[in-house]
Amino acid sequence: MPGPKPSTLKRITPQLLILAAALLLNVLVFPDFFHVDFRNGRLFGNLIDVLNRGAPVALLCIGMTLVIATKGIDLSVGAVMAIAGATAASVVVEGHGWGTALIAALATGALCGLWNGILVAVLRIQPIVATLVLMVAGRGVAQLITEGKILTFSNEGLIHLGAGTVLGVPTPILIWMALGATVIFVVRKSALGMLIEAIGINERSSRLAGINSRVLLICVYLVSGLCAALAGVIVAADIKGADANNAGLWLELDAILAVVIGGNSLLGGRFSILASLLGAMIIQSVNSVILLSGMPPEFNLVIKAVLILAILVIQSPRIGNLVYMLRASGPQPQPDTPPIHANRKEEAK
Amino acid sequence: MQDQMRPMLHARGISKFFPGTIALDEVELCLHPGEVHALLGENGAGKSTLIKCLTGAYRRDGGTIELDGQEVDPQSTADSQRLGIGTVYQEVNLLPNLTVAENLFLGRQPRRAGLVSRRKMNAQAGELLRGYGLEIDPAEPLTAYSVAIQQVVAIARAVEMSGKVLILDEPTASLDRDEVQLLFSVIRQLKDRGLAIVFITHFLDQVFDISDRATVLRNGQVVGTRVLSQVSQKDVVTLMLGRQLEARVHERRAGAAGKPLVEFRGLGKRGSIAPFDLTVHEGEVVGLAGLLGSGRTETANLVFGVDQADSGSIHLRGKEISVSNPREAVTHRFALCPEDRKTEGIVGDLSVRENIAIALQARQGWMRPIPKARINEIAENYVRALDIRLASLDMPIRLLSGGNQQKALLARWLATNPDFLILDEPTRGIDVGAHAEIIALIEQLRADGMALLVASSELEELVAYSTRVVVLRDRRQVGELTGDRITPDNIVHAIAEETA
Repeated sequence: MPGPKPSTLKRITPQLLILAAALLLNVLVFPDFFHVDFRNGRLFGNLIDVLNRGAPVALLCIGMTLVIATKGIDLSVGAVMAIAGATAASVVVEGHGWGTALIAALATGALCGLWNGILVAVLRIQPIVATLVLMVAGRGVAQLITEGKILTFSNEGLIHLGAGTVLGVPTPILIWMALGATVIFVVRKSALGMLIEAIGINERSSRLAGINSRVLLICVYLVSGLCAALAGVIVAADIKGADANNAGLWLELDAILAVVIGGNSLLGGRFSILASLLGAMIIQSVNSVILLSGMPPEFNLVIKAVLILAILVIQSPRIGNLVYMLRASGPQPQPDTPPIHANRKEEAK
Repeated sequence: MQDQMRPMLHARGISKFFPGTIALDEVELCLHPGEVHALLGENGAGKSTLIKCLTGAYRRDGGTIELDGQEVDPQSTADSQRLGIGTVYQEVNLLPNLTVAENLFLGRQPRRAGLVSRRKMNAQAGELLRGYGLEIDPAEPLTAYSVAIQQVVAIARAVEMSGKVLILDEPTASLDRDEVQLLFSVIRQLKDRGLAIVFITHFLDQVFDISDRATVLRNGQVVGTRVLSQVSQKDVVTLMLGRQLEARVHERRAGAAGKPLVEFRGLGKRGSIAPFDLTVHEGEVVGLAGLLGSGRTETANLVFGVDQADSGSIHLRGKEISVSNPREAVTHRFALCPEDRKTEGIVGDLSVRENIAIALQARQGWMRPIPKARINEIAENYVRALDIRLASLDMPIRLLSGGNQQKALLARWLATNPDFLILDEPTRGIDVGAHAEIIALIEQLRADGMALLVASSELEELVAYSTRVVVLRDRRQVGELTGDRITPDNIVHAIAEETA
């Protein structure tokens, strides 16, 4: 892929700055944070941990960004993770290979996405309600698959997906980066990105312009389901078992948060998957600060909430306007809209 | 006779300015007690602005309001309600999940020992509604009843709270014939009780059915107040559309139109537009004329697949085709610039460039993105050809002025190289300069052999570019004018003609 264009760089600047600040906090509480080791054919270090542990949310936020760009939301991803993990586990437990398990899990995720997509695009149910159905029912489905137990397995291939390495890099890191790059590539090199943004901004206008908004909507929920399934497999592989109750619990909220920290509007429209992925890494860096600081775990959630609130406040439009006005308040105030005749010269070029 | 009485409400010199426009220019409205007074005018004439000034929803920029002999200055709708001016809107502004009685008494429920007494409230509500000839259970939720009954409940509430002037803003828009009669009987009762009633509607038959006088607004000015028993529907239409019906010298296009391009046979949709036959030829502009609500937009939407027809067929160059959604229409090289630019036309936050490219891209499918350079070329071409004024192609289209947005939307569709172009109110809400340019463009496209269907409420405009004018009334085609017969006068005639 070509390097980010200047406009892309400008778009992700706030996220890069916040990520830098979060990493700096990590170094402050744990000076060896950036130290990376190569031991037993594998990279070790806190930075690698952030990238690795952040994989589930990073995967989820890829699909979530697309869904949110269409003015929707997918609350079911956490539950879909549990279903996919349970599916993969039960397939290998029955003696099939890891490839079959992965395909089965992805197919389940796709099916879940399709369900959400049909509720939203065909039956026109509000996304938050439509996906709430699967958020609640999904855990039940996962429990039915695991028959209420934590379904453990020892299939090396499957475990490798969550706990293994390729060329020394933990597999989850490679998976989320590869999927992220692929989706960004497909969305931006085809017209999909623009069409998705168009239906998020004004679905009626888009439909009247001939865009097949129904199919596109179903597709984004499908992608979200697939991303969730992949995240579910990784989480299950990591603990060598499928826990229907806890796998992916509340992760939909982290995924939404990652998208929001990525500067994507919940009202739909313009989106950046790259910025969401940075958002996911910011969240994981914050988690890391809390762990490394050695604070009692009771504080974790509260501190995380405070840090995230601070990030959101910094990004809020009010603060943005304030900064803009402080910067703009020079000796010569600029008129905010130049008169039309002034524009015509530029137009001529 | 009535002029001897003191008016119930007398608004004088009401003015309201919005940035760049004069919404109301010294408007006078005089309502007598016991009178139903129709307020007429096309969209944007200033009817709702006037109502909002009277009810305090807008601050007026000039003028006085005298209510029952007292000068008043309502600051808010609540204020005007207290003073005696009640309003009922088209969309019933009640709370659907509360009961009928709760809706009637919300905010002033009968209390006993400080608590709301349901029994007392329901009894009072039942009593009140019986006065209007409604035998319904006030303890039922409002939604248990039809829109007409909900309207009556809204009216009852407004009358109870105010009781001097009642403003009805398109109360009949979503009612069927019997329900309209129910509503009218209630209005007649209130009239007998001495209320002054303002009735806003687009249905002229209803105006003549129930109103005593009518005030007609056009472009923010009163063009006349008439006693309806002394005028015909045609007089009123002429006032509304406001053309001095001098016969405009108009050169009819020499040479007939080309081959028939699209043919609609018995196309119709129940409740939207009665089945119609229409053929549009290459190199022809078919104008759709009629008052608001006559079925102009409905026709355009049906033809483009926005609404699905429940009868009839569409033929393109003699072959039957299916147009069940806009996407199919676009593949047949149809194009539609909708009436409501903001909600149906522009994709506000996308750039002008993307807005121009979007229909072409949608037709090509997402897998074949139009190269950036090609998009730029297309966009720049149309910006030049249509003289779209913008700072940059990258700016969000919502920042453009109305006229430039409309031109960008035309560019969007022209970029798809359509054979059949449907324009719904192409000049609504745009400045004079852009107006003339768009009319010239329509003429040029026709000369290039395109088939056009143009719906407009501007008669002069229709006369200027149409080779044929189809007249709609009450959601059906009622006439067709061709050649030299296309004059504003004839169109008005056809619109207002009493149906036998």
